[in-house]
Amino acid sequence: MCLGIPGKVIEIEKNMAKVDVGGFLRKISLDLCPDVSIGEYVLIHTGFAIQKVDAKEAEETLDLLIKMAEGI
Amino acid sequence: MPEDKILLAHGSGGKLSHDLIKQIFLPQFTNPSLEPLDDSAKITHRQGTIAFTTDSYVVNPIFFPGGDIGKLAVCGTVNDLSMIGATPSHLSLSLIVEEGFSIELLKQIISSIREVAEQAGVNIVTGDTKVVEHGAADQLFINTAGIGWIRQGVNLSGINAKPGDKILLSGYLGDHEMAVLSQREGFKFQGELKSDCAPLNDLVEKMLDTCPSIRCLRDPTRGGLATTLNEIAMMSNVGMVIEEEKVPVRESVRGISELLGLDPLYLANEGKLIAICPPNEEEHLLDVMREHPLGRDAEIIGRVVEENPKRVILHTLIGGHRILDMLTGGQYPRIC
Amino acid sequence: MKFIDEFRDKEIAEGLIQRIRKTSTRPTQLMEVCGTHTVSIFRYGIRGILPEQIKLISGPGCPVCVTPNGDIDLAIALSRQKDVIIATFGDMMRVPGSTSSLQKEKAEGRDIRIIYSSLEALKIAKEYPEKKVVFLAIGFETTSPTIAVAILRAKEEKLHNLFFLNSQKRVPPALRALLQTKQVKIGGFILPGHVSTIIGINPYQFIAKEFDRPAVITGFEPLDILQGIWMLLKQIEENRTAIEIQYRRVVHEEGNPIALKKIDEVFEKDEGRWRGLGLIPDSGYRFKESYKSMDVRNFEIEVEPLKEHPECLCGEVLQGIKSPLECRLFKKVCHPENPIGPCMVSIEGTCHTYYKFYQP
Repeated sequence: MCLGIPGKVIEIEKNMAKVDVGGFLRKISLDLCPDVSIGEYVLIHTGFAIQKVDAKEAEETLDLLIKMAEGI
Repeated sequence: MPEDKILLAHGSGGKLSHDLIKQIFLPQFTNPSLEPLDDSAKITHRQGTIAFTTDSYVVNPIFFPGGDIGKLAVCGTVNDLSMIGATPSHLSLSLIVEEGFSIELLKQIISSIREVAEQAGVNIVTGDTKVVEHGAADQLFINTAGIGWIRQGVNLSGINAKPGDKILLSGYLGDHEMAVLSQREGFKFQGELKSDCAPLNDLVEKMLDTCPSIRCLRDPTRGGLATTLNEIAMMSNVGMVIEEEKVPVRESVRGISELLGLDPLYLANEGKLIAICPPNEEEHLLDVMREHPLGRDAEIIGRVVEENPKRVILHTLIGGHRILDMLTGGQYPRIC
Repeated sequence: MKFIDEFRDKEIAEGLIQRIRKTSTRPTQLMEVCGTHTVSIFRYGIRGILPEQIKLISGPGCPVCVTPNGDIDLAIALSRQKDVIIATFGDMMRVPGSTSSLQKEKAEGRDIRIIYSSLEALKIAKEYPEKKVVFLAIGFETTSPTIAVAILRAKEEKLHNLFFLNSQKRVPPALRALLQTKQVKIGGFILPGHVSTIIGINPYQFIAKEFDRPAVITGFEPLDILQGIWMLLKQIEENRTAIEIQYRRVVHEEGNPIALKKIDEVFEKDEGRWRGLGLIPDSGYRFKESYKSMDVRNFEIEVEPLKEHPECLCGEVLQGIKSPLECRLFKKVCHPENPIGPCMVSIEGTCHTYYKFYQP
C-alpha cells in the first residue's frame, strides 16, 4: 500500500505531469510536489508525485554500496 | 468451496477456477479423455489419436492493440491443439451476439477470424449464432471447438515432466494482458504495447521436428507462467526451479506492473509457450525456437527437480529463493 | 528502469550479504514495520540469504490489515444503499467483515468501484451528481496527503456528493504502542521509506531517545533493505541508538512540508482504532470543523453487530508476537481464497506473504 515508483517527467501542464515509467505513460498530480522540471524523476504514489528523486543522492548511495560490496 | 455464488475470481484461471473444476465439473464427468486435464483431450481412434478442445472468449474490450476477440478465439483453440502435439485442422465457431451489435464490427471480426485461420491452416467447418436482448450479453461472446490428429511419435502431457528436464519459455510475458488492460483503462505507452496473440502451430511443428521427445508443451494463458508451471509440477509430481533473471519481460510491462503492484509471472499470454524437454536437448531446441519469428526471444528459464515435489521455486534476482504459487484471487477480469 | 534496476544488482547484493555476515556477531531481532517491506523481503527471498542469527519480524504496517472489522461493516452497509457508490483501492475488496466483504457485495450487484487515485473519486462524484460517492480513505501518511488534496478540491469545486470513510492511520504512535507493550523483543526498526518521505525523521526520534533502540529509514529495493539492515547491525554492534536515513534519494529530514501542510488543513490528530492493537492515542485523524460535512460517519445508518473469528490470530501477528505459522487457521482454513482475517487478504498482509512466499 505504500507503493511508490520512480518515473521520469516528460510533460508538465499546470499541476499535472505526464511521467514515463519504463515506457508506461501516466498522468499524475503535482499538487504535493510542484517544483519539478522536465527530465527530472519523481516518486509516484496513487496518482501523485510525492517527492523528487534526488539523482545525486542515488548515485552516492550506489557508489557507497559498490564500495561496501567490494569490501573497501 | 465456501462460496455459494460465482465470483469473478472463478474465471481467473487460478485457484478458484481449479476448485470449480475439481468440485463441480469433474465429479459429474469421469472419463479417461477428460481426466488428465491437459490443454486438449486425446481421443483414441483406430487410425490414431484425435485431439479435441474448446474455449470461450469474453474479452473486454473486443478490439485491442494487436488483435480482437475473433483472432483470440482462433489462436486460443489452435494453440490448445498444438500443445498436445496435434496438427490443428478443423474448428467450430459459435457466437452469442447482443442485440444492437454493429454489423460492420461483426464483419471486421469475421474477417479477422478468416485471416488468422488461413495463417494457421485451419478451416472453420461448422458454426452457430444466437442473438440475445440488449443487456443479456456484453456485445459479443465467442466459443470455438477444434480437432486435429496428434502427430505420430510424440507424447505430450503435463504428467510427463521428469527431474533433470529443462524448462523453456518462448518469449516476453504479459504483453496480452497488458494490451487488453491498457485499452480498457486507457493506459498509454511510449511506442505501442500489443497483444502477443498468435497461432503457435508452426513453431510447435518445427520444435517437434527437432525434438520429438519434448515432454510437455503448455501455453501460459490466464493465471500466467506461474500458474501453468504449478499445474505441470502437480500433474507430474515434480519440483521446479526457475531463474528470475532469465524470464523475459518487456520494460513497459515491468513499468506498468511495478506501478500497479502486479506480478508479470501471473499475467495472461496468448502467443507464448512453455516447453519441457529432456536434458541435453535444450540448447538445440532453443536455437530452433529462436529461428522462428514467434520464438525469437526464447530463453531457458529453469529446470525440473526431484526436491520439493509439486512446488515451483523462484531463484530471485539477488540470489534468494521464494515459492512461486498458483494465482490466488484474480488479477483482472475478462482478459481472454 | 532507472532508480529501480540499479538497486537490484546481484553482485552488489552478494557483497552486502558478506558485509552483513562480518558485521553481525550476535542474535538480533529486527522489525520491518511496513507491509511493502514485508512483500519486498519475501519477493527477493532476503530472509533466506541473511545469516541465521538475524531474525526479521513483520510489524503492523499494512493499512488494510489494521482496518477494524467495524469499518468494513460500515462500508458494506453503505454499499447496500441504493443511492451510494463506493470507491475504494483494490486491496479492500476481499477483506472479510463480520459476515460479508465488498467483493461479495459487488457480486450481489452493489455499485462498488476500484480506483487507483483519490482524484478518481472526485471524477465519479462529478459524473453522478444524483448519487452519494463514498471513498474508503485507508492508508498511512504516504496516502493521507493525497486524500487531503481530494478533500480540498471537493470543497473548492463545491462537490456536495463526495464523502469519506476515514480510516487513516499514523505510524509513529503505533511504534510507540508496540515498544510500550514490551511483548516483542525488538532490537531495531526498519522504518517505512515512503511514509518517511512525507513525515521526515523527527517523528521517530522517540524510538532512540525514549526507548534506546536504533532505527533506519529504508527503501524498498533489495539493496536498500540490505543496506538498511547493515546500518542497524552496525549501530547495534557499536552500541549506538540513532535514527538514520538509508533512503536518501527520496527521504529528507524535514519530509515533504507541502504534503504535511495539506494534511494539516483538513485533519487533526485523533485516537485511532487498529485491528489487533486496539485504540492507540494520536494514531488516527478526525476531520477539522470546515470539512466535517464530508465525514460519512455522520450518516444515520444501521451497521450489523461486530463479529470476529475467535481463533483469528491477526492481532498478535500484527504486533509481531506470533508468526502466521502459529495460527491454527493458517493454511488449513484461512488462505487467500477463503481469508478469515485481513492479514491473509492484503498482498502485504503478513499471513498472505507467508502463504505465498514462505520458503520450504
